Amino acid sequence: MEKRVTFRGWRLPLLLIAPQVVISLVFFFYPAAQAIWQSFFIPDPFGLSSRFVGFGNFTFLFSDPFYRAAFGTTAVFSILVTLCSMIPALFLAVVADRLIKGSGVYRTMLIWPYAVAPAVAGVLWLFMFNTRVGVVSWYLGTLGYDWNHVLNGGEAMGLVVVASSWGRISYNFLFFFAALQAVPKSVIEAAAIDGARFWRRFWTIVLPLLSPTTFFLLVVNVVYSFFETFGVIHTITGGGPQQSTTVLVYKVFADGFVGQDLGSSSAQSVILLFVVGLLTIIQFKFVEKRVHY
Amino acid sequence: MKKSILGALAAATFLSPVAAMAETEVQFWHAFTGRLGELVKEQVADFNANQSDYKVVESHKGNYSETLNAGIAAFRAQEQPHILMVFEVGTATMMAAAGAIKPMHEVMADSGAAFDPGAYIGSVKGYYTSTDGDMLSLPFNASTPVLWVNRDAMQAAGIDPDTDLSTWQNVDAVLDQLKAGGEECPLVTAWQSWIHLENFSAYHDVPFATKDNGFAGLDTELALNGPAQVAHLTAMGEWAKEGKFIYTGRRNEGGANFRAGECALFTESSAGYAGIKSEAEFAFDVRPLPYWEGVGNAPQNTIIGGASLWVMEGHEADEYKGAGEFLSFLSSSKIQAKWHQDTGYLPITAEAGEATRIAGFYEENVGTDIAVIQMTAKEPTANSKGLRLGSFDQIRGIIDEELEGIWSGDKTAQEAMDSAKTRGDALLRRFEAANR
Repeated sequence: MEKRVTFRGWRLPLLLIAPQVVISLVFFFYPAAQAIWQSFFIPDPFGLSSRFVGFGNFTFLFSDPFYRAAFGTTAVFSILVTLCSMIPALFLAVVADRLIKGSGVYRTMLIWPYAVAPAVAGVLWLFMFNTRVGVVSWYLGTLGYDWNHVLNGGEAMGLVVVASSWGRISYNFLFFFAALQAVPKSVIEAAAIDGARFWRRFWTIVLPLLSPTTFFLLVVNVVYSFFETFGVIHTITGGGPQQSTTVLVYKVFADGFVGQDLGSSSAQSVILLFVVGLLTIIQFKFVEKRVHY
Repeated sequence: MKKSILGALAAATFLSPVAAMAETEVQFWHAFTGRLGELVKEQVADFNANQSDYKVVESHKGNYSETLNAGIAAFRAQEQPHILMVFEVGTATMMAAAGAIKPMHEVMADSGAAFDPGAYIGSVKGYYTSTDGDMLSLPFNASTPVLWVNRDAMQAAGIDPDTDLSTWQNVDAVLDQLKAGGEECPLVTAWQSWIHLENFSAYHDVPFATKDNGFAGLDTELALNGPAQVAHLTAMGEWAKEGKFIYTGRRNEGGANFRAGECALFTESSAGYAGIKSEAEFAFDVRPLPYWEGVGNAPQNTIIGGASLWVMEGHEADEYKGAGEFLSFLSSSKIQAKWHQDTGYLPITAEAGEATRIAGFYEENVGTDIAVIQMTAKEPTANSKGLRLGSFDQIRGIIDEELEGIWSGDKTAQEAMDSAKTRGDALLRRFEAANR
């Protein structure tokens, strides 16, 4: 029998959810509605005049082979960022969880990178991989590898993926670590007594118990890689070389805030909104079935 | 003369308490930090100290793009500054925004401040002048590309550092010698589109875009896939393949390599002077930008990069008067000559250049006048007056991408420039649609 606490009347509950509703309306629904509205116009930058073009902005975008190619780039980038930020985080959380002494220090150290702003992280990594003065590229050079992300698209992609994932590992680590602490010790001890070794216990007990957290992080990280990575890309590659690191959200930023083309930028935001919405629905429909709460 | 200054001082002393209250504020948004920011602050303080009717308030709003964005956002919120610094790439955007800007010639006529359009150097002001010959904004910082030479590197490769490098034919031969002499970075560049396409086209008197490079109408199309440009980029692509031209990035990343003494030749803005002078631990000199002998009408003149000051619409008459006075002050010879000598930017008036020469600056700092000569030696043509293209920041991005295709060997110069034209034209058509 489920126990329910209910409010009497409507006023108090409405009052309590009002702040959240207002924030959502002002900061999410209103801008989203405006983006949809603007995507049907070609405005001039100063807002002096605006020409209605119907779906013109969308046909302009989809007739551009470089825009269509950005979908592929985005897919590669997002998958890599999600994997590169979740797997190391899980590994670090498991390792830190086994520590008896000093886990607080490790924890703090591992959370630190999250405090670094994306653009700053971008500059940091760019500096390490700078083709001329970078520490890493220098070591690669001594090994006989000529690092040049300025002209090599694959290397540029690798660099923006690492830079985007790095700070994210901390965030994911925090969630994994908390989830690991919540795994009942008795279950693990029972398995250990039955002779299950660490990795077996991990695969058959811990990982399934972590599945709600993993699922949550999967959704959040995909959204992150789609929306919040333009700062890193802007500082490291500017979308280049050629178009090898131009992901959808970077194009939204570049066309809107550098190119002043608000119509196209809005249309791109709307497309991105649909893509991410669709992805989230798919995740909830198919992946969530395998999650045990 | 002395008397009038004394008189003015006396008047200022008597009047200042009253005047201070009646001071009209003029907002000035710019994009300069560091040394340049300090110099701008100095100019503003100087203006404010020398009269008491107006007070110019300067604020730094980020880099060029950010400053333009701040200005646009402020205009939308009806909180625009009186004077906004806009880089040359944003010129067409500002010109098309007739309701957002107040053309400089109008501001000056209304304010009654001293203003002689003839005093400004033609190839500098041309960029910011309407087809009717009216100045729309005040050129503030203008530079033009030149060739920087690391003399020590030339010597190390067994080449006479005074070798004639005025043509690309000569440079081509020198690059071979540098490579043979063990130089790992014979040639590096900054701002590839600006130097090797935009200025290249003007310098060889071939069009970069139709309709007088966009000056004569919004229905302009790119013409950067012409034979002259393609031949130059093909040569550079060859150099890149053979390790004679090293690509370091889209902006001025190459400057770090050159200043560290790692590269022999460097095509970069004349305003790179301050940085090179303070950091280079080798003998360097500056030469005119090379041209291809026999191509077009080279050497024509090169064009500028940098920013100009735009006066924005929507303010009171007396505030415009203040803005006019300030722009007039900035154009004065004394201010301009100092700015030119401090920064390596071009003087915007012929008189300021002359004052600098008379002061002996060019003799003490050899080569600092090359940019001025290169810009002013010939009367600009329709191909060398400048560029006026909408969405030009984005078009430069496209050009950068396509050039990277050439440097990496993925595309031929013709393929890359054809693609740049197709993609750039699509943006020009959008800009035309938005501003019709």
